[in-house]
Amino acid sequence: MPIRCPQISLSAPEGGEGRGEVGEIQASPDCIAHLTLPVADATGPLPLPPQAGGEGKLGGYRPTRRWILVAAAGGGLASLAPKATATEAAMADAIRELIGEAPLERGKVKLELPSIVENGNAVPLTVSIESPMTEADHVDSVHIFNQKNPQPYVAAFHLRPRAGTARVSTRIRLADSQRVVAIARLNDGSFWSDSADVIVTLAACTDQ
Amino acid sequence: MPRVLINLPERATRGEIIEIKTLIQHPMETGYRLDSNGARIPRDIINRFACTYNGEEVFRVELFPAIAANPFIAFSTIATETGELVFTWTDDDGQTQTESRRITIE
Amino acid sequence: MRRLFGVALALVATIAVAAEIAPEARRSGYGFASAETRVTQDDDTANPGMLWVSQGEGLWTKKAGAAGLSCRDCHGDAQASMSNVAARYPAFDAALGRPIDLEQRINLCRTEHQRAEPLTWESEDLLALTGFVAHQSRGLPIAVDDNPELRPFSALGDELFHRREGQLNLSCSQCHDDNWGKRLAGSVIPQGHPTGYPVYRLEWQSVGSLQRRLRNCMTGVRAEPYEYGAPDAVALELYLMERARGMTIETPAVRP
Repeated sequence: MPIRCPQISLSAPEGGEGRGEVGEIQASPDCIAHLTLPVADATGPLPLPPQAGGEGKLGGYRPTRRWILVAAAGGGLASLAPKATATEAAMADAIRELIGEAPLERGKVKLELPSIVENGNAVPLTVSIESPMTEADHVDSVHIFNQKNPQPYVAAFHLRPRAGTARVSTRIRLADSQRVVAIARLNDGSFWSDSADVIVTLAACTDQ
Repeated sequence: MPRVLINLPERATRGEIIEIKTLIQHPMETGYRLDSNGARIPRDIINRFACTYNGEEVFRVELFPAIAANPFIAFSTIATETGELVFTWTDDDGQTQTESRRITIE
Repeated sequence: MRRLFGVALALVATIAVAAEIAPEARRSGYGFASAETRVTQDDDTANPGMLWVSQGEGLWTKKAGAAGLSCRDCHGDAQASMSNVAARYPAFDAALGRPIDLEQRINLCRTEHQRAEPLTWESEDLLALTGFVAHQSRGLPIAVDDNPELRPFSALGDELFHRREGQLNLSCSQCHDDNWGKRLAGSVIPQGHPTGYPVYRLEWQSVGSLQRRLRNCMTGVRAEPYEYGAPDAVALELYLMERARGMTIETPAVRP
């Protein structure tokens, strides 16, 4: 059953911050919505379709991304609809444990990961944080979390002003296409974050 | 004794920010893999890496199974004075491996 | 391997004439890898394969066996003596009357000259030594001997490369001559030139030999893989090196 295609961009209003947003949905004439990255942005029940105009009629309101995913699910793309997994909840818990009630600000942090990797066994990752790295103003630690590995922690880097620059690199494992989150804790107790979505492809011709 | 590769300049000017790259041979067994009999292969990873510069810690990282095998870690530090940088890797059993490199400040 | 099945059926269905790659169109697997993988290979301090090369460097000077000899005792400084060795292997061994590859050569040295136990295939030590020796050829062109005694063996390798095998009934040539550059289950199919062996394969999270990689391919088409060191395996290695003649050695390469 063809779905009426959305005419408006599904990115965040200002064009999205960092690279944490789901990619653009390309609508073909048959409106097969091609979701570039199926990423859940929260755990919890999906909302009901908007009331105004009913299902399928898009006039008069701005459909949320999640509603489009629900509608797309009807077109046979159910596998792309966000599902809460055990690790997503664990990631949320792990982040909450780190930041407590403090707000998580976007900015300052730049998480660099390739958007598609050939092999999830060794994904290069670099985190850099804008900071003068002085005694008065520096990054204390940088914590990396993931969404779909068996457990949410990746690494916790502890820096000193003596680092000179707040920039670390390593290689990580990603079990599946997923979101990776980096959170920096500054010496004033504030938390800043960035996230990146990675598509993980599998190798052909292996030992098994 | 796992092989280690450390890349840092032998000489630097005072105050220069130098980049240090380290690589250590280690399978970083996650604890989630199954062997051919279906039994779980126990976790065995390097869970900590630290660097001191003339005795003072300048960098530390806690590692989890999500870090790739043969862990590569790159970080920076300010070349403050001539001396010794000591790198220590610690695994789940508490075993450590230590390497040191000298740096000369001009 | 179910994910390969659909693709394999499509490949089997097309009648593809096995066309050799023109010499100027040959590209190393390096060119088919992602930018990140290439960066990892290029940086000797980030390339995990260098850990094995470094280990091999240590083994080169280690005395072994009843003769109490190290590699260095006979061969001296590896940088000089091993400089063009890997580029010329597999080489014809007159005593055995057939080609042997670098791993077998190292083990012959161990058993005959060092009077030590041979190293097992894919063991850390053998990979380290092979990696260290092959690394001394880095930057040099593959130059397997044009020895007439090798011809029947490379002809066998040629035949094996073009022979359909396995439940999926595919030949090496069908992927690596006819469909290189296209994708198989999300991975790009390379041309299959052994320019960087022993290679750090991200999938293995370790360094491995060409024979291990060939076994992976054969498992991929559901064929019985060659035993390590089997004459067929060495014949195929020989053919592959001849097919890659002139291409640059990159050991230790990093591949997905």
